[in-house]
Parts: sequence; structure tokens; C-alpha cells
Amino acid sequence: MKYIDEYRDGALARKLAGAIAAEIQPGRRYNIMEFCGGHTHAIARFGIEDLLPPEVRLIHGPGCPVCVLPVGRIDDAMAIAARPGVILCTYADLMRVPASNRRSLQSAKADGADIRMVYSVEDALTVAAENPAAQVVFFAIGFETTTPPTALALVRAKAEGLANFSVFCNHVLTPSAMEAILAQPQDGPDPVHVDAFVGPAHVSMVIGTRPYETFARDHHRPVVIAGFEPLDVMQAVLMLVRQINDGRHQVENEYSRAVVPEGNRKAQALMEQVLERRDSFEWRGLGALPDSALKIRDSFADFDAERRFEVPARSVPDPKSCECAAILRGQRRPEECKLFGTACTPESPIGSCMVSSEGACAAHWTFGRFRERRRA
Amino acid sequence: MCLAIPARIVAIAEDGVTAQIEVEGVRRPVSLALVEGCGIGDYVVVHVGFALSRLDPMEAERTLALFAEAGLTGGAAS
Ligand code: SF4
Repeated sequence: MKYIDEYRDGALARKLAGAIAAEIQPGRRYNIMEFCGGHTHAIARFGIEDLLPPEVRLIHGPGCPVCVLPVGRIDDAMAIAARPGVILCTYADLMRVPASNRRSLQSAKADGADIRMVYSVEDALTVAAENPAAQVVFFAIGFETTTPPTALALVRAKAEGLANFSVFCNHVLTPSAMEAILAQPQDGPDPVHVDAFVGPAHVSMVIGTRPYETFARDHHRPVVIAGFEPLDVMQAVLMLVRQINDGRHQVENEYSRAVVPEGNRKAQALMEQVLERRDSFEWRGLGALPDSALKIRDSFADFDAERRFEVPARSVPDPKSCECAAILRGQRRPEECKLFGTACTPESPIGSCMVSSEGACAAHWTFGRFRERRRA
Repeated sequence: MCLAIPARIVAIAEDGVTAQIEVEGVRRPVSLALVEGCGIGDYVVVHVGFALSRLDPMEAERTLALFAEAGLTGGAAS
């Protein structure tokens, strides 16, 4: 397929690996965090870590939208879905995320709640138009990629006077999570040292390259925005290794075929029109972060599910022994969790990182050699 | 949820917003409401039913050339 196959060429991947190895300076370590779950997925699926020299360490970041949602917010969605007359619409990945008491949206649906999987928020608008007697709530999650469609749906709902539609907004901001990673104490028991970032592919199509300037300028961390194909990741690692060697810290754009410096202005304007920053939002693993998520503006208050329905809004701890929090902070790897591949698998996930294919645990389990090893 | 791949626009309705993309021979609906200036034959990156960016063929070529160039220096070590 065009724009895919040519970025997956195995022979070229090995040559790029050779080019990276040739740049490595003796005694130096290169700790590179790939922020996005999309990159984590590609790294696991194409075995990129096996191609890289041992001096280069890839650290999985918190950029998986399903993974960073805390248990409490899933409980809130379930509380909304439990109300009579409510139809909750959600992206498929959320159905199996474990909530409190080993429940999930999937188990709530089995118990009779009207929960529907949608491919797009437009489908939720259609459900609302077709069911005027029901209250249709869209469970919105995601970074800056899924946010513009949610904003557009709110504009449409208001314009069309779709009074039975509302959004449970859980959209979060990428730069805030990157800040939180760098703000982790370096003198604690598990310091995370990140020398450089592989920057998001699709998030950057929306926000552009400028929001990363602060990481280069103020935090002195190089950032290379990269596409989600394996050669994109290899090229980004090469560019980062060169920056580290040169003592440079700049924002570079490997994914120039889809990302322009100013981003998608139309999408940005829509988000600005409909949404504003929350004072604080709880993330799984990163805790409560100021200015890190979006809420619905007062001018769209009628379509805000959090104002329309009471939600428990409780902070709920992760399941015992689940290491998702440490994995999302870059402190642990999936294999270091006691439950990985034993009690916790994609078929019966215990933590959020085992649910969607961008989750570090799910990606490692699905594409790793652990399965064979365990069965052997 | 984030694993969108580039897809070719094969049809656009009269409203200029409702379109069809084709991925591996399968057609799917897509909204062009968040992009500007896309036409039939263009490749777009689609997320949860919305095109978010149009792929620039020149830049795509340039990136492939970068890989090839880096690959030359890496040839000996591989
Ligand atoms: S393997 Fe399961 S329980 Fe362990 S950290 Fe990953 S998601 Fe949590």
C-alpha cells in the first residue's frame, strides 16, 4: 500500500540500524522516550528494539489515551450509563478497560445498560437523532487527535438543537504529560532519565511542531516528530542520536509528509471555540496535573454530561499489583509486572495498559516472544 | 484507537464534506470537515472517522530520500 509499504522496508531498516550504530559514541547512553502509544505499538510489532545498539534505550511514554484514563473516570461513565433512559456511546477500546470491582463497560452492557460502540462521534449524533426519548451521552477520550471531532459534534449538536445529546469530556493534552514526565524527581527511588523525545505523529498533525519548542529551549531536550511506521521511528532515533552527540536540542520534523509547523488551524479553532483548560485532571500514573485536560466551555454547558448528570468523581486506586502507573511514568517495563501474561492478558486485562493495541503491556504481549516462552 | 493509516479519497459527496476512502480495497466513510482543499485521489490520515491531515507527496519522497541517504552510511555496519 502506498505510503505504508515503502516505510516498512526491512533491508532499509537494517541499514538505518547500521547508521545509528555508526553514530554511537563510546560510553554514552541514549535514553529516548517515545511519547505515543502508536510508536510503542510499531516498536513492539516490528521488533525495533532488537535492531538498535544496546546504548540506545527506548522508554515507553504515557501517550496512550485509554491507558492514562484513571479508574475513577470509567466508574463515572458507568454511573452515567446506569441511569434510566441513558444510551452511552463509546469507542470500542474503552469497553474492556477495568473499572472498580472488576467491572467494565462491557460487563455493564451485559447486565443490561444501553452502551453502544461507535466508530465516530458522528455515529453518536445519529443515535441521538434517532432516539429522541433517550439521553445520548458520548464518552469522549483521547489526546489532540480525537478532540477536534468531539468539538465539531458539540457545535453541530448546538446548531441542530439536539437537546438529548451530551458529551462526557475526558480529552487530555500531550505537552502537559511531557512536562509531567520531565518533572519527576531525579532523586527518588526510581528516577526516569529522558534525554530526548520521539514526538507524536498524529497529535502533531493537529497541534503542529511549535508546542514542543519549550522542551527544546527550556528543558534542553531534543524532540523529533516521527511517523508511525518502523522506518520513521528508526530515522527519528538516528536524528535524536545525532542531536545528542552534537549537544543540540531542537524540534525536528521527520513526519513532514503529514505535519506542518502550524498544525491544523481549522481543528485548533474548533477546539478553542468549544473547549477550555481544566484547572486539574487526574491521569493514571501521573496523578493530578494542572492545566492538562479540557472541559466544555460555559457557552456549550447544555451539552456537558458532567453538568447534566451527577457523577461520583472519585479518585480510585489502580488494581493491586498492577504496574501501569510506573509503566506510564517510564519507570518499569511491562515484563516487570508480576501479572504480565499470567493473570493479565489482552483477553482478560487487569490494568488499562493491557487493553488497547497502543498500550505498552498489550503491544509487548501481542508481539513479544513471551507467549512462546511461556507455552514452551 | 490511534493507529490510523493513510487512505486514498475515492469519492466526495456534493456537500464537500462527506467522503469515501479506500483501505485495502475496502471503502469507508470519512468526514473532510476538519481539513481544507482535499480532492479525489489525495491521501489523508484518518482518525475516528475524520481526515486530520493531507499527505504531501513531495515531502513523502523527501523522507524516503533521507532514509536512503542514511542507509548508505549504515551499509557497512549492517
Ligand atoms: S501486565 Fe496488566 S496488571 Fe501488569 S502493568 Fe500491565 S496492565 Fe497492569
